[in-house]
Amino acid sequence: MDIAKMTATELGRKIKAKEISVREAVEAVFDRIKSVEGEYNCYVTLCEEQALKKAEEVQKKIDDGTLTGPLAGVPVAIKDNMCTKGVLTTCSSKILGNFKPTFSSEAVLNLEKAGAIIIGKTNMDEFAMGSTTETSFFGPTKNPRNPEYVPGGSSGGSAAAVAADECYYALGSDTGGSIRQPSSYCGVVGMKPTYGTVSRYGLIAYGSSLDQIGPITKDVTDCATVLEAIASYDAKDSTSVKREPEDYKFTKALVEDVKGLKIGIPRTYFGEGIDEEVKEKVLAAAKVLESRGAIVEEFDLGLVDYAIPAYYIIASAEASSNLARFDGVKYGYRTEDYDGLHNMYKKSRSEGFGAEVKRRIMLGSFVLSSGYYDAYYIKALKTKALIKKEFDKAFEKYDIILGPAAPTTAPKLGESLSDPIKMYLGDIYTISVNLAGLPGICVPCGNDKNGLPIGVQLIGDCFSEKTLIRAAYTYEQSR
Amino acid sequence: MKEYETVIGLEVHVELATKTKIFCGCSTAFGGAPNTHVCPVCSGMPGSLPVLNKQVVEYAMAVGLATNCEINRKNIFDRKNYFYPDNPQNYQISQLYHPICHDGGIEIETADGGKKTVRIHEIHMEEDAGKLVHDDWEDCSLVDFNRSGVPLIEIVSEPDMRSADEVIAYLDKLRLIIQYLGASDCKLQEGSMRADVNLSVREVGASEFGTRTETKNLNSFKAIARAIEAEKKRQIEIIEDGGKVVQETRRWDDNKEYSYAMRSKEDAQDYRYFPEPDLVPVVIDDEWLNAVKARQPEFRDEKRARYKAEFDIPEYDADIITNSKKMADIFEATTAICNKPKKVSNWLMVETMRLLKDNSMEPEDISFSPENLAKLIELVEAGSINSSVAKEVFEKIFKEDIDPEKYVEEKGLKIVNDDGALKSTIEEIIAANPQSVADYHSGKEKALGFLVGQTMKAMKGKANPASINKILKELL
Amino acid sequence: MANVITDETIEYVGILAKLELSGEEKEAAKKDMGNMLNYIDMLNELDTDGVQPMSNVFPVKNVFREDVVTNGDDSENMLANAPEEKDGFYVVPKTVE
Repeated sequence: MDIAKMTATELGRKIKAKEISVREAVEAVFDRIKSVEGEYNCYVTLCEEQALKKAEEVQKKIDDGTLTGPLAGVPVAIKDNMCTKGVLTTCSSKILGNFKPTFSSEAVLNLEKAGAIIIGKTNMDEFAMGSTTETSFFGPTKNPRNPEYVPGGSSGGSAAAVAADECYYALGSDTGGSIRQPSSYCGVVGMKPTYGTVSRYGLIAYGSSLDQIGPITKDVTDCATVLEAIASYDAKDSTSVKREPEDYKFTKALVEDVKGLKIGIPRTYFGEGIDEEVKEKVLAAAKVLESRGAIVEEFDLGLVDYAIPAYYIIASAEASSNLARFDGVKYGYRTEDYDGLHNMYKKSRSEGFGAEVKRRIMLGSFVLSSGYYDAYYIKALKTKALIKKEFDKAFEKYDIILGPAAPTTAPKLGESLSDPIKMYLGDIYTISVNLAGLPGICVPCGNDKNGLPIGVQLIGDCFSEKTLIRAAYTYEQSR
Repeated sequence: MKEYETVIGLEVHVELATKTKIFCGCSTAFGGAPNTHVCPVCSGMPGSLPVLNKQVVEYAMAVGLATNCEINRKNIFDRKNYFYPDNPQNYQISQLYHPICHDGGIEIETADGGKKTVRIHEIHMEEDAGKLVHDDWEDCSLVDFNRSGVPLIEIVSEPDMRSADEVIAYLDKLRLIIQYLGASDCKLQEGSMRADVNLSVREVGASEFGTRTETKNLNSFKAIARAIEAEKKRQIEIIEDGGKVVQETRRWDDNKEYSYAMRSKEDAQDYRYFPEPDLVPVVIDDEWLNAVKARQPEFRDEKRARYKAEFDIPEYDADIITNSKKMADIFEATTAICNKPKKVSNWLMVETMRLLKDNSMEPEDISFSPENLAKLIELVEAGSINSSVAKEVFEKIFKEDIDPEKYVEEKGLKIVNDDGALKSTIEEIIAANPQSVADYHSGKEKALGFLVGQTMKAMKGKANPASINKILKELL
Repeated sequence: MANVITDETIEYVGILAKLELSGEEKEAAKKDMGNMLNYIDMLNELDTDGVQPMSNVFPVKNVFREDVVTNGDDSENMLANAPEEKDGFYVVPKTVE
């Protein structure tokens, strides 16, 4: 029995049944980490000692019946942009290289309440800016399916750790596709919930109006289970949405039933730029759902191309402001030599941030600066309104929109960063979902000829995670 | 030299009297060791998020209503981006595009006794910055975030004032309105009310405004008046010399009575405002607005009129008493207990004002309770203490809020109403002063006064002068 | 229409963003920003007249806290992260002359 290969819920069941102890679960995953982490670099920080200590506590609570949930005792990896009290939280940046938060993010607290054991903090693109996990100050993460390739990003460490069995499940965050795209590249399940479903309190902001935390897991069952544990209304996050209690019971949607479900496939998603193999596998997934009783149709989704420019204006503008607090005064990196306040600011920030982060801060500062605000920022917010309207129209007809998560499979390491715009174009299928605040799930649907995974993305209307889970589960069971 | 007119507009920041900060549950209490009233939100920790304090919106609405403003029904907060160490996030959450109140105004009295309206352009809600302390020994500054996130409203006037007197009349009126609302204590010295002066000059009769400057760091009415005079003079000199006034922010140094430009290459003054994505809109419906309206208190003008009508106190007294919310509150509370408005008014007008002045305090600093003043008035009225003792006791009340009944009892200051004891003292006085007795009998009325005084002295002031007079006359 | 980013613009944005770019980085930034703006200009094809800018996706409104003190003093842990601290203060280069 290879414990590390188990899914989270499988392991949870065995822990509950006393077939495996919590300590064994922790040790198994650290054994696995020790053997492959050197190659994949999924983690920025590992907390073996704390995890073993926590395992004792959790085991006791399981034994005395205080912890009974499906994730009790199951180790988890957390993306390094979520605050963990007393544990380094770096955003894979030099500027936060020594930062220990004084509080834990709400999503992490929710997991701890469910009996989760944090084993470490996963690598990511610096401040979640990137699609390959190559912008990390701590070096790139490799794709466990083929280490010559990137795992995607920005939650590349989380997706790779799940794929490499270096954790049982992980949390990621998704601002423009950062959960779904690496899940697609690594062949795991990843979900970005409706904006406001998981509290952002403790998530170090990139684009506040777009950021959302979600699960990255080995299968759909885990995905629903983890989402159920982390989703909650949080009075500390003003943008948190209070949903009906029944609406949070995502595991109830783990049923094989897509009869009569209306699935729309946007023709525009399969035009120029898409890899033939990706197209083929994604459409095959649609066929599977059709064979199970779903009604599948092609349709025209408008404004697809405009999502990327609108996104880069909004996200960069918000980022330029969100990242202003990293200034060498309160926490994080301060340059050694400086001459006066402004020189200290400039040197600390210039030395502390990497190239991609600086690029976006510059762009964001520019589009908000005097004389450009209306032309860029307001224009982008209007475009966002129009994109939202396009989705509203689509969801009048369809329950789900089906498409790829990325136009290609994972690129090779070192091939992406030289041409930023080309890299940004890779986000075309994921970004509009964030702009409209919608939920999206990515499920593996095959491999290309090099053995690299391909994912199918299901997009739902706001608050329709259950529909997505039902369809994804049905598909997964039918493969 | 040509004749010039000064054109002044004010930006007034007022710290609201909430218990907690605008976006977090930290205390707003003044003082406290550095960085002890802070949390991840108000110290800009990554991952923290703001949640709006409802009371801030209510205070802002109340001030807007009291200054005849329109209330904006959909409020959005914006981020104002600039780097400074007292600003932990390096952006301030404020309102630019949709301020909560706009297009109001208040009436002030001008020097010639006339009336004039100063229009209010807008009132918006925002967060205060922390405090910087400058280390004299080492080449560094120290940052304290205790004040960071304390709620502010900024009241922006139109350029409707023409002199320092008008500015002070406007500020005084604002202060009173806000104090009456309980929305702030408005202390300039402590910085809970701060005024930035936008000033330009132009030739009398000109239709266009001149280029304005903004002067900051004005901590008293005197500083404001001095800064206005100095800036007016500075601008006129520039123009007279054929120069051009530069639009800039200047910092006033009240010790040197001089202002200097706060310009810096690193200070682009391009704040890149955009809607705060971490907060949601505040929508004010009729029900909420009406509820706030219904809670508006009685303001000064109404109060003054009522005092004259209800309590029959002189206009002058009513004016002084209502010039401070605290004073008016004490007046009403004390009167409610003892039902002697004129006596209460006298204590406030004479002794209280004297003690405030002697201790260079503001009426807002009064700390004694109406109960104790009422008790004191009762003691005097009952003839239990005489007026000089009463003044002495009041000083104690003013300073330490002592209970006058207990105090008089403990110190033995009560008038002795025991005629036997008084009579024997008087007999001793008569025996000891034969010359005065002779003088009295020869018709010198003054001698009686001397004997009364001697008796009072012997009784240590605890006798009723009328009783002394009566017994003396009997014995003589 | 090609956007040309001048040295002055890069310098100005550097002041706003508090970033000091090396000569090489500046050249790269000029090129990147120009390219990005050319790309973004695609939005001008869209007719957005009369469209309300959308900041919040959902009509959530009036989220408040009650005015009750809930926070204690966590200054020690917070200051532990400070690059320089003195007597409970954060230390910065002198801000006044």
